[in-house]
Amino acid sequence: MEMVYALCVGILTTCGIFLTLRGRTFPVVVGLTMLSYAVNLFLFASGRLSNEDAAVLQDSATGYADPLPQALVLTAIVIGFAMTAFTVILAMRARADLGNDHVDGRLPVQNEESPQKEKN
Amino acid sequence: MDHLAILPIIIPLLSGILMLLPPVCRDNARQRALSLAALGFMLLVSIRLIALSASGEIQLYVLGDWQPPFGIVLVADRLSTLMLLLTAVLGFGAMLYACGGDDKRGMYFHPLFMFQMMGINGAFLTGDIFNLFVFFEVLLISSYALLIHAGGKQKTRASVHYVVLNLAGSSIFLFALGILYGTLGTLNIADMSQKVAMLQPSEQIIAKTGALMLLVVFGLKSAMLPLQFWLPRTYASASAPVAALFAVLTKVGIYSILRVFTVVFGDDAGGLANLAQPWLWPIAILTLIIGALGILAASSLRQLIAQLVILSIGTLLAAAAMSRVEATSALLYYLVHSTLVCGALFLLADLIFQQRGKAEDRFVTARKMCQPVPLGIAFFIGALAIAGLPPFSGFVGKALILKAADINAEAGWVYPAVLIGGLAALIALSRAGTSLFWNISREQADICERPPRVKLVAVYLLLATSPLLVIFGGPMTEFTEQTAIQLHGLSSNLEPLLRPGGGS
Repeated sequence: MEMVYALCVGILTTCGIFLTLRGRTFPVVVGLTMLSYAVNLFLFASGRLSNEDAAVLQDSATGYADPLPQALVLTAIVIGFAMTAFTVILAMRARADLGNDHVDGRLPVQNEESPQKEKN
Repeated sequence: MDHLAILPIIIPLLSGILMLLPPVCRDNARQRALSLAALGFMLLVSIRLIALSASGEIQLYVLGDWQPPFGIVLVADRLSTLMLLLTAVLGFGAMLYACGGDDKRGMYFHPLFMFQMMGINGAFLTGDIFNLFVFFEVLLISSYALLIHAGGKQKTRASVHYVVLNLAGSSIFLFALGILYGTLGTLNIADMSQKVAMLQPSEQIIAKTGALMLLVVFGLKSAMLPLQFWLPRTYASASAPVAALFAVLTKVGIYSILRVFTVVFGDDAGGLANLAQPWLWPIAILTLIIGALGILAASSLRQLIAQLVILSIGTLLAAAAMSRVEATSALLYYLVHSTLVCGALFLLADLIFQQRGKAEDRFVTARKMCQPVPLGIAFFIGALAIAGLPPFSGFVGKALILKAADINAEAGWVYPAVLIGGLAALIALSRAGTSLFWNISREQADICERPPRVKLVAVYLLLATSPLLVIFGGPMTEFTEQTAIQLHGLSSNLEPLLRPGGGS
């Protein structure tokens, strides 16, 4: 279980970082979203992964799942969601204000138009 | 009063919400009155808090009465209260300026300003590192919205960079928190400090990774060297009162570095003691160099001031890297000075911007300003203060930092870097002053729009703190020294942070 979990976090982070480094706002927003998913999984695991442990205090229970990371993840999800919504709106505003969807607000000069269009 | 420590968070929260509700929301005059009243009240509360903390007592506000380290605590010690007072003064000045007309150029200026104040105050007060993250987000999301206040292409472009960078920064912050919670099992700063000395060597490496990731995040907020590229454009494009308030945002990063890397990973952290200092040294010196180069290369006044912010961050980081009581004391003095003066300069730059017609604040020949004398005097005072020349506080701050440097080991790096930075600031500011005030074309302005007097009052109010910091230099340095002693002593004496003594 730990291996699969770690791989998930790792792959999500890799994709997130790769997409965040792209030049257009849409992949960047998707990348940030993936990064926040990775973060949420990672935070959740910081209380150690456990199977079939009690969530609430119980006399018969031998081990407990750590409730704090769950609370932290919940906070992080809420904040991440608000931030993503804001970024989407900002990206649309930037598209309208600047006339293109490049993060720098202008298209790189040396690149041709056609291969850029194919990528996105 | 028991609940005093939470008031700096509650006041802006409630007044921000009130401003969104019917009796106030549509009426600009009422919003202004409420804003100024709230900020004035915050100023009074901060003064009261600072008076309480000056007696050496650390006020612990335990939310929901969950005893630390389990619940969330607010800690009002000397450092927090000093920063609160600084924020309140700067916020008052910026809001006074905004009431001169800038607040009408976009929607929801006043509520956003209040939420921003709430985030900043919360970040200074919290004693829990996850809560620090939450307040960082509160202040960031309002700063995103404030940054595009009044609109325009420049602002949108700067805002995209700022938002994306800070969102990536927030992710790193959460990763770091996950790592630290996984190894230390707590997020209360005082409790972390206790646990960090007991780590196994194998866990130390993981905790070290987490701590250095935190340094990256705080470095991004405070604009230390490889992470400072966003700052000039962002600060130069923000509208004046917003830019002035942003002058304290970089200092939130410095404050967090101080808190985490002296209390948690300070002298008593066992194998992880003083782990940020070897990184901070080269970064501080390089930030000073890049700031000096940026100052000389700036082509407009607002860019110049943004670069001056980077220079002041370099100076502060150099003092943070020394990590001794005298150095921290000097750091705090310089921090107060540089925040207020940079804030005032941003406001002043906007006044100059509006009076020079098409030339705006670029260093080119332009028509004569409407009010060359009051603006010139303000510029002169601000320039002398920020460059660090004698009659004003910049000189005292820099002298204190230089005095704190160890003459054998550190002085060789700190002296040239700080002094050359000061020289570069002097050259750039004299060039700026010459071209702004004396390089005048014969063209006459058709109509001379005088800005509302309240704007000029706000500028002079913030600038007046500089000579005041010199006149009351004695009590001020005494207070910062006591603050530094308290801060450096916290890691070995955690009792006051974990047991609410007396009233809570």
